Amino acid sequence: MTGPRIEATRGPEGLTLTASGQWDIEVATPDAQAVERAVTSLGPGDVLLYDTADLEKWDSGLLALLLRLESIASDRGAKVDRRGLPDGAGRLLALAESSPAREDARRSEEKAPVVDRVGTAALDAIDEAEESVTFLGETTRALGRFLTGRSRYRKRDLWLLVQQAGAGALGIVSLVSFLLGAILAFVGAVQLQQFGATIYVANLVGVAMARDMGALMTAIVMSGRSGAAYAAQLGSMKVNQETDALVTLGISPVEFLVVPRVLALSSMMPLLTLYSVLMGIAGGALVGMAMLDLSLTTYWNQTLGALSITGLVGGLFKALVYGVLIALAGCREGMRCGGSASAVGDAATAAVVSSIVAIISAAGVFAWVFYVLGI
Amino acid sequence: MTDSCHEPTLQPGEAPHIEVRDLTMAFGDFVLQRDLSFSIPRNSIFVIMGGSGCGKSTLLRHILGLLDPAAGSVLLDGSRISGLEADERQAIMSRFGVLYQSGALWSSMTLAENVSLPLEEYTELDAAEIREIAILKLAMVGLKGFEDYYPAEVSGGMQKRAGLARAIALDPEILCIDEPSAGLDPISSKRLDDLIQELRDSLDTTVVMVTHELPSIYAIGTDSIFLDAETRTMIASGPPNWLRDHCDHPTVRTFMTRGEGEDG
Repeated sequence: MTGPRIEATRGPEGLTLTASGQWDIEVATPDAQAVERAVTSLGPGDVLLYDTADLEKWDSGLLALLLRLESIASDRGAKVDRRGLPDGAGRLLALAESSPAREDARRSEEKAPVVDRVGTAALDAIDEAEESVTFLGETTRALGRFLTGRSRYRKRDLWLLVQQAGAGALGIVSLVSFLLGAILAFVGAVQLQQFGATIYVANLVGVAMARDMGALMTAIVMSGRSGAAYAAQLGSMKVNQETDALVTLGISPVEFLVVPRVLALSSMMPLLTLYSVLMGIAGGALVGMAMLDLSLTTYWNQTLGALSITGLVGGLFKALVYGVLIALAGCREGMRCGGSASAVGDAATAAVVSSIVAIISAAGVFAWVFYVLGI
Repeated sequence: MTDSCHEPTLQPGEAPHIEVRDLTMAFGDFVLQRDLSFSIPRNSIFVIMGGSGCGKSTLLRHILGLLDPAAGSVLLDGSRISGLEADERQAIMSRFGVLYQSGALWSSMTLAENVSLPLEEYTELDAAEIREIAILKLAMVGLKGFEDYYPAEVSGGMQKRAGLARAIALDPEILCIDEPSAGLDPISSKRLDDLIQELRDSLDTTVVMVTHELPSIYAIGTDSIFLDAETRTMIASGPPNWLRDHCDHPTVRTFMTRGEGEDG
């Protein structure tokens, strides 16, 4: 097997390029610098010829090289004679040239001036805010129609969503909450041991889980679990034109797709949070029993004494709001998803990011409001 | 099954490029097609025909080694390529180029990057050379100037052509095409047919094509087989024009004449 070679020789007819050997881009490519220099020296009236008598095998590597050399030659005014090329190679080169470049197709990669970009970004932000408000309005109206029983949706879908957002999430919520309760107990125990007040670990864990941490952790788990799933589901339905198919049937996608998801998640979030609080207390109790020699009854009674109904109800209310926020963020990102597979990924990412931002902001507002109200 | 529906696809003494031997395709207990045996001649445009759901695309996936046969084997140049381990198959895959039904372009890459990826994987070329070849391939399919567009920004027909450019990036020996004309208008579809034929002639490629587009079958198909969904076997084989004129199996007749030849 001979490697690929290309040489240039000047004769009476013109410059002859002799290609020989086996051209295979997966094996080796020849050194073409000398040939390129020779072709660069051509001038008007010269002719570029080919000799491929010893060419055993050729592929696109040869074609791409020839195309480059030919364009150099024609820039210098030389003529190209392709008769010496193998039949197929000549035809493929002709094919590549036959479709003229659409000049208007070429992208302009110029960067806009800073002022321009700032302005565009600001206008985009306003548009986006407007879209968000519109989406919120549409969802609220659709929710109103749902409550008055005029909404169109499939009951089966709703129950399936409820199952996915509720029972389906028990495993992950158990794990996270149990460990969170245990971690809180550890941290608290180290501090409280200094005063010999380790029994108050139960208060710490119970109150923290019931008022804030239960709802917050559940919300963060659910934004990764359900929020991202909603964005991906609606996004790929958008890509497959399934949402268009609903619209042409006269069914509002918001009514059919968004409302059931908002309802499913916002109804399941308080229940999951209640469960999460119990799991957190269990985690705390394990640490209390194993590390602090507290008995289960002591721990439990101490927790009951610390918990207040208002605190717990406040926690569950927060969970409800977080649920609405997660579902809205997920559905909104899904509904505005672009038309490709990577857009679906972007939508899922955006859904998780914006729902976590929304949850944390809401938690901040709640903390302030509850403080002012003295709850 | 009548003999009038089977015309040998190989010349006497000719070695097949791809041979399928007693292939049975099944998903679990559900048998899609059984005992398929046929030969694909070198440099042919081989058409796999049949009604919807008879297993045409699945057969293509078996030939490509994406699925393992329930029984039987697929041979390339006489050596078995079905049921291989992943690393053994890797070496063979660069000999195949595939154009998927929907183009299957990677949506996060530009058209040029789509065509470049196989070159980056299988060759030692530097970035400038790869870009040069990618531009050449896109020019061959009539997409000069669209190198830096993303798939979502061009039309369906252009995505198909870009998919074809990616399929021929490594100058494959065998080009597998799933439903080239699906979703294309007759003019784009005709241009794609011409392009496939031109590439076959110039690159000495063997083309294996799944389609039920009659005009392209008659225009460019040199050999074909017909899979039947009911009996789950191959009921006809031979050049498409020959089958149209000679085969008297009712299903094949209806298919190949679009039901218009039933009474005549």
